[in-house]
Amino acid sequence: MAGWTVGKKVLATALGMGATGGAGLYVALDESVKADLTLHPPKLPWSHKGPIDSFDHASIRRGYQVYKQVCAACHSLKYIPYRHFVDVFMTEDEAKEEAAEVMVRDGPNDIGEMFDRPGKLTDYLPMPFPNSAAAAYANNGAVPPDLSLMVLARHGGEDYLYHLLNGYCDPPEGVELGEGQHFNPYFPGGAIGMAPPLYTDIIEYEDGTPATQSQLAKDVITFLSWTAMPEHDERKKFGMKAMLVLIPFTALCYYKKRQYWSLLKSGKYVYNPKKY
Amino acid sequence: YKASRFSPLMSVVRHTVITLPTPVNISTWWNFGSLLGVCLAIQIFSGLVLSLHFTAHTDLSFYVVIQSFGDVYYNWWFRALHANGASFFFIGLYLHVARGMYYGSYVFKEVWSVGVVILLLVMASAFLGYVLPWGQMSFWGATVITSLFSALPIIGGDVVIWLWGGFSVDNATLTRFFGLHFLLPFTVAGLAGLHLFFLHDQGSSNPLGVSSDYNKVVFHHYYVLKDLVGVCFFVGPLLGLVYFNPWLLGDPENFIEGNPLVTPHHIQPEWYFLFAYAILRAVPNKLGGVVALAVAVLILLYMPFSPQTAIKGLSFYPWGKALFFSLVGVFILLTWAGAKPVEEPYVVVSQVLSFLYFSYFLLIGPLTRIQDKLL
Repeated sequence: MAGWTVGKKVLATALGMGATGGAGLYVALDESVKADLTLHPPKLPWSHKGPIDSFDHASIRRGYQVYKQVCAACHSLKYIPYRHFVDVFMTEDEAKEEAAEVMVRDGPNDIGEMFDRPGKLTDYLPMPFPNSAAAAYANNGAVPPDLSLMVLARHGGEDYLYHLLNGYCDPPEGVELGEGQHFNPYFPGGAIGMAPPLYTDIIEYEDGTPATQSQLAKDVITFLSWTAMPEHDERKKFGMKAMLVLIPFTALCYYKKRQYWSLLKSGKYVYNPKKY
Repeated sequence: YKASRFSPLMSVVRHTVITLPTPVNISTWWNFGSLLGVCLAIQIFSGLVLSLHFTAHTDLSFYVVIQSFGDVYYNWWFRALHANGASFFFIGLYLHVARGMYYGSYVFKEVWSVGVVILLLVMASAFLGYVLPWGQMSFWGATVITSLFSALPIIGGDVVIWLWGGFSVDNATLTRFFGLHFLLPFTVAGLAGLHLFFLHDQGSSNPLGVSSDYNKVVFHHYYVLKDLVGVCFFVGPLLGLVYFNPWLLGDPENFIEGNPLVTPHHIQPEWYFLFAYAILRAVPNKLGGVVALAVAVLILLYMPFSPQTAIKGLSFYPWGKALFFSLVGVFILLTWAGAKPVEEPYVVVSQVLSFLYFSYFLLIGPLTRIQDKLL
């Protein structure tokens, strides 16, 4: 190989790259037509997906409304306190009012009794069931999972959840479902215990946005993205600032390195044989 | 320089990073040593900060880690830095080892041996750390890997119970894993100092494989600046991941609280262990798989004792180069295979790839000796 001409080396490189690319293309094409038991959700253009895109906070607010009026009947958000709402999609007063709508068990009081009181900012969103056994009993044996981290806890994230909520359909011929189960091609195995939760105008948005099924799904998933990644906006803002410093600093370091090394790199070793 | 004449500490610093004679022709592949030192510092620093808000208890760990995102200022940054820093640590480790294998750095027996011990300890530390958030993959990964020790003849069962601190992976396991995960990086730091000590005893090798004594320059400014550039190009993508896509390399299952009653569909480790996981699963026998897993890393200790070549490294051995880059391809494919389920055709693919992986170490010596004889 050391004795090869430039042309031969270029040809060998091209052949190698072509063979590798061809093998990769073959594998990709082969995989794409293989039958799978689960439908993979197509990617959607979420407004917060780009490296410098923040959350749509109006959508988070609407999504909370969807969660509260539809999902909260069965699904908990046990890692989210009311105080997290402040300055994200509610003012402090709105969040306090929201918290005060629920009754929270507290105590013991001075005489040792537990008591119920209106919720405060420091309280967490209420659980729909006292424990997982009660949740399973009320839902045909399936425990509705907590939604706080659902966007991060499923492959496909927002895309999977959106298509799950909108993807219910009749089961194909030959597919048998258990009692109380529904068919959803995006759910692993196809048989899901949750009935289709969303349909157009199931709720009325405070801000007057038309509550179509896709709008409801989009908003509730944006809300759940926020519950899973409350640091999202700050993280990207911090990232932009970091890149604004890191990129010029890297360029400066590279320049100084080349400057110092130029002495050695431009050096030349010359052998002057001794003339006798 | 006046101070160094009187201060032993300054003298050590001066001889290590200022006036250290360094070969003039060492390439970018020699940057990974300092990069790994930077990675270790990042992991220790971010880990220390995370440990301030961590509670090692099965009822609390998952909750505390999640809560810290919203409640502890910038804890999300430290967690993302620590998680992605581990991935970059392994990128650096594997490239550093690959450099050593390609350029014949293993002839420095002490440096190489200490390096392999560092690799093993870092792998252990990463495994222990992954258990701490107590997600599904944390719990089940701990269960799978600790259960491997039951393959040891006669004492296996007792060893596993001793490791667990009980009859299953539970609170006792989590608390001791936290303690060990805290301790090991400091051991690694000490060993890294020893690694450097042995290296500086002989001096760095160079890409040509000839003696480095013909042409050396002082470490400062040349290699201080070169290493700084390397740090910038290494830390840039790390911070890019931390800020813009922190969970790209993670497993969604670990955002579900660990549940001994629910087994995940696909139990798999993080990407940096997948090659070893593929080798483990390739052998149909439990003890055989465990032995293959151990040998996959420990075989590096054999390299200083493999047949020596006339010229150090593979730069001038075309067939050796081809075999080396085949090993790189096999390593990448093993990583891919480790993420696949245990069914055909992936089982056969893993077995073939595992065979090819071990074949490299057996063939490289004879192959290069044949070329030496032909010259």
